Amino acid sequence: MPFGINETMGQYSELFMLLAAGTYTVAFIAFAWDLAKSSKALRAVDLKAAHAGAPAKVPVAAGVGAGSAEARLDGPAGRAERPSSSTAKANAAGSGSVATADGDMKYAAERRVPARVAVALTTLAVLIHGAGVVTRALGAGRVPWGNMYEFLTTGAFLVAAVFLLSLIRRDLRFLGTFIVGLVIIMMVAASVAFWTPVGHLVPALQSYWLVIHVSIAVLSSALFTLTFAMSALQLVQSHRQKAVAAGGADKLGFMRLVPSALSLENLSYRINAIAFIGWTFTLMFGAIWAEKAWGRFWGWDTKEVWTFVIWVVYAGYLHARATRGWTGTRAAWLSIVGYCCVIFNFTIVNTLFNGLHSYSGL
Amino acid sequence: MSERVNVKKKQATPVAEAKAEATLPVLGPVGMLRWAWTQLTSMRTALFLLLLLAVAAVPGSLFPQRPANPSVVTQYIKDHPDYGKLLDSLQLYDVYSSAWFSAIYLLLFISLIGCVVPRAIAHYKAMRSQPPRTPQRLSRLPEYGTLVVPADAGIPASDAIHSAAGLLRKRGYRVEVRDADGALPSLGAERGFLKEVGNLVFHTSLIGVLVSVAAGGLFGYSGQRILVEGDTFVNTLVGYDQFNPGTNFQSSQLQPYSLQLDKFNITFDRESKGKFGQPIDFSAAVTTKETPDAPAKQEILKVNDPVSLGGTSIYLTGNGYAPVVTVRDGAGNIAMQGPVVAKLQGDNYYSSVVIKVPDAKPDQLGFVGFFLPTAFVTDKNVSFSADPELFNPQLTLNSYYGDLGLNSGAPQNVFELDVRNLTPLNARNLAAGGITLAPGSTYTLPDGKGTISFDGVKRYIGVDIHHNPGQVYALVFALLAVAGLIVSLYVNRRRVWVRTGTAADGRTMVEYGLLARGEDHRLAGEAAALRKLFTTEWQLPEDNAADETASDHADAEGTAGSQQTPSRAGDNVAGSVSTPAGPTGPEKDQ
Ligand code: HEM
Repeated sequence: MPFGINETMGQYSELFMLLAAGTYTVAFIAFAWDLAKSSKALRAVDLKAAHAGAPAKVPVAAGVGAGSAEARLDGPAGRAERPSSSTAKANAAGSGSVATADGDMKYAAERRVPARVAVALTTLAVLIHGAGVVTRALGAGRVPWGNMYEFLTTGAFLVAAVFLLSLIRRDLRFLGTFIVGLVIIMMVAASVAFWTPVGHLVPALQSYWLVIHVSIAVLSSALFTLTFAMSALQLVQSHRQKAVAAGGADKLGFMRLVPSALSLENLSYRINAIAFIGWTFTLMFGAIWAEKAWGRFWGWDTKEVWTFVIWVVYAGYLHARATRGWTGTRAAWLSIVGYCCVIFNFTIVNTLFNGLHSYSGL
Repeated sequence: MSERVNVKKKQATPVAEAKAEATLPVLGPVGMLRWAWTQLTSMRTALFLLLLLAVAAVPGSLFPQRPANPSVVTQYIKDHPDYGKLLDSLQLYDVYSSAWFSAIYLLLFISLIGCVVPRAIAHYKAMRSQPPRTPQRLSRLPEYGTLVVPADAGIPASDAIHSAAGLLRKRGYRVEVRDADGALPSLGAERGFLKEVGNLVFHTSLIGVLVSVAAGGLFGYSGQRILVEGDTFVNTLVGYDQFNPGTNFQSSQLQPYSLQLDKFNITFDRESKGKFGQPIDFSAAVTTKETPDAPAKQEILKVNDPVSLGGTSIYLTGNGYAPVVTVRDGAGNIAMQGPVVAKLQGDNYYSSVVIKVPDAKPDQLGFVGFFLPTAFVTDKNVSFSADPELFNPQLTLNSYYGDLGLNSGAPQNVFELDVRNLTPLNARNLAAGGITLAPGSTYTLPDGKGTISFDGVKRYIGVDIHHNPGQVYALVFALLAVAGLIVSLYVNRRRVWVRTGTAADGRTMVEYGLLARGEDHRLAGEAAALRKLFTTEWQLPEDNAADETASDHADAEGTAGSQQTPSRAGDNVAGSVSTPAGPTGPEKDQ
């Protein structure tokens, strides 16, 4: 055995996890506050505009944040909805007067103090969380993903970290409540249902394939988490856009902070494509590892079945995006179904089904 | 999306579709077949079959599966008399070889072939043909821009188009210049053919993976063997405890290599509290010989680290203790001597032991009981093993005599002894009591039936031996598939058109438009990059003249925020003739 166990490190790790979970909770509240506050502010703007007899404007909409260099690139109208172009402002296309956020998901000039606070808190939480993951690894003397507790804590860390990283390029703060909420659930589940003290790996897990296979699996799952959130919002947004376009009242005011359904769909497609490649690698490396450990690369073990099902569902999703009548809402549903399979694979399959993978540390 | 999909659809099966529709009213047998084929190879069917495949795979994880666990299936059917049999008739215990599962994936792969072949042909043609003709209104393309080269720059329209062509070629485009010496020279350019190639490679490789897996099943074999320390396995049919040949297996495939287990070591966790006593390392020292006459080689066999020998891979899959015993019969002769493989039953290597002594005289002897590496007895007289290591090894046995039934010819499980026809000698409930042995001790059986001694303990390992010739191919195809997938998702297929013309005042007007085939969120970036190339090449100022109008408009209504569309409203109208390049712009002439 390469390294010894360090129980003190393990205890530090748990302390960090606890602190991180607390910080996430505060960040969650800040994100929720941001949604509530912004939607109120937006409604006030709307009301004013309505009183003035002017059509409702979108404060966080296109054009404000975008520089003039961008504007110059744009050509004539009439091609607004072409998806392959960054100029496809779904905003302008078809949605009529439904207010949504900038389709490019660029940061707007307007300051959202609660959102900034929330992002700062999330960053702090991720740092503490990272310390928790690292001390766990040091305590166990190996990579920190050898059992359910560790998959969850490390996975939650990656979800939050990937979210923060994507914030550098895009204003996805509207996903904040969703993502941070999910991270909190993962942390709580880890410490309540799956808590395990630091320990050695069983021999079956002692392989560099654990490092490769599981890290890619967790990373892809983190990406799938992002797209799950986006697809769910996409469904809500498209429902709202339809309702408002049909002359209904805008009951979901906070959804103005969220980009249009089409923009959400486009971005989640791109992330899903990356995650699908990651999942393909997960499947392949899993097969190679299974060959090394058990002498067969594929044996329809429950875990293998579900990994396969997830892969096929997301392959279906990619197909749907190229199939007439299956884009938009249906594709979003497939992305959601795929994510439900990911969750199922991780929770139910790991705990209730017994297969060769059942040593995952319960 | 619809736009992109239309293109794809038309391109995929334009003729077949048109024909199918045309012949619909008088659908003869041929028409019917053609119609069915068109349906089967449509994108919609592929999607449907994919989703169906996902759903069909699920029951295999809900019900026990025969290939993995035949005994569990038998038990399951017994435990569920109401529906156990019904599930069996639906092949729910053999999901992955069931008729319905096979039907789905075979249809999917037929659909795949029907999809890939025409696409490959179409793409081959597309790669050899020239880029499509220049559209009349470039301004209607998703990306569009204009440039004006001042009259004194000395770059006439024809020169401009040639230099644009050069730039595009350098950027990897295939370019065709049209009407170079006319009033409105233009060029069409295209790049990213690799995208479709990647897609085709991906889908074709999936077929390759499937075929490789099937081939592995046909020509491969696998087997199991238990080896006690000191034992040697020779790769012949009789060398296996259990052997599963593939459909096309021939025994001449077996290369007679040998593998001897010299020593087996286990490290147990003595550090962490929660998992104290868990094994953390298994390591088997083995001596191998590629052929009977080959030199011997020392190797280490571990979990996750198989030994390759004679075209097979040997895996460490199990282990346990094998107490060494000597049994003497009533006449005092050694009737049996050697290690007995103890089968794991519970925690800490609590294992069951069965000893059959057919050579004992006058009566055959049989022993059934338990082996405990660290024996502990509770107040209630329940014994258990307190540790996986040999701190207090103990054999507790019952003994029997009579006909063991080994001569009947029926195959017997070495781990089970049928005691129904035997007479008990030792048991807890008999006067003689049970047998309890520590290493080095001997027990004399009642009635002068003989003795049994516990001489010591060895370890044994279980190995799986596999030969799968399809595996390498499956890996190669899988890697090809991933490569194709990445190329297909990340190479962008783009078309660019450029048109030049000369304005009345001698300025050279340039307009260009870009179009993506398929998803391409970086098209705007490409447009910007091309613009930069052109402005650098022609030494134009950053904010070129033709854009001024555009920027003005942007200022005028862009801040309102509703749309980023700088041009005149007229451009929205289909068939509008005005272009941003002004009235003298290239597009006027058609
Ligand atoms: C074994 C089953 C299949 C799997 C796992 C699968 C998987 C995929 C995946 C992952 C993609 C997206 C990546 C790419 O563009 O290369 C894709 C694209 C595509 N597949 Fe399949 N596919 C299967 C069967 C089929 C069949 C039967 C057809 C034909 C009817 C088909 C036609 C296409 C087409 C046209 C695309 C390109 C879509 C686009 O342009 O975005 N596939 N497939």
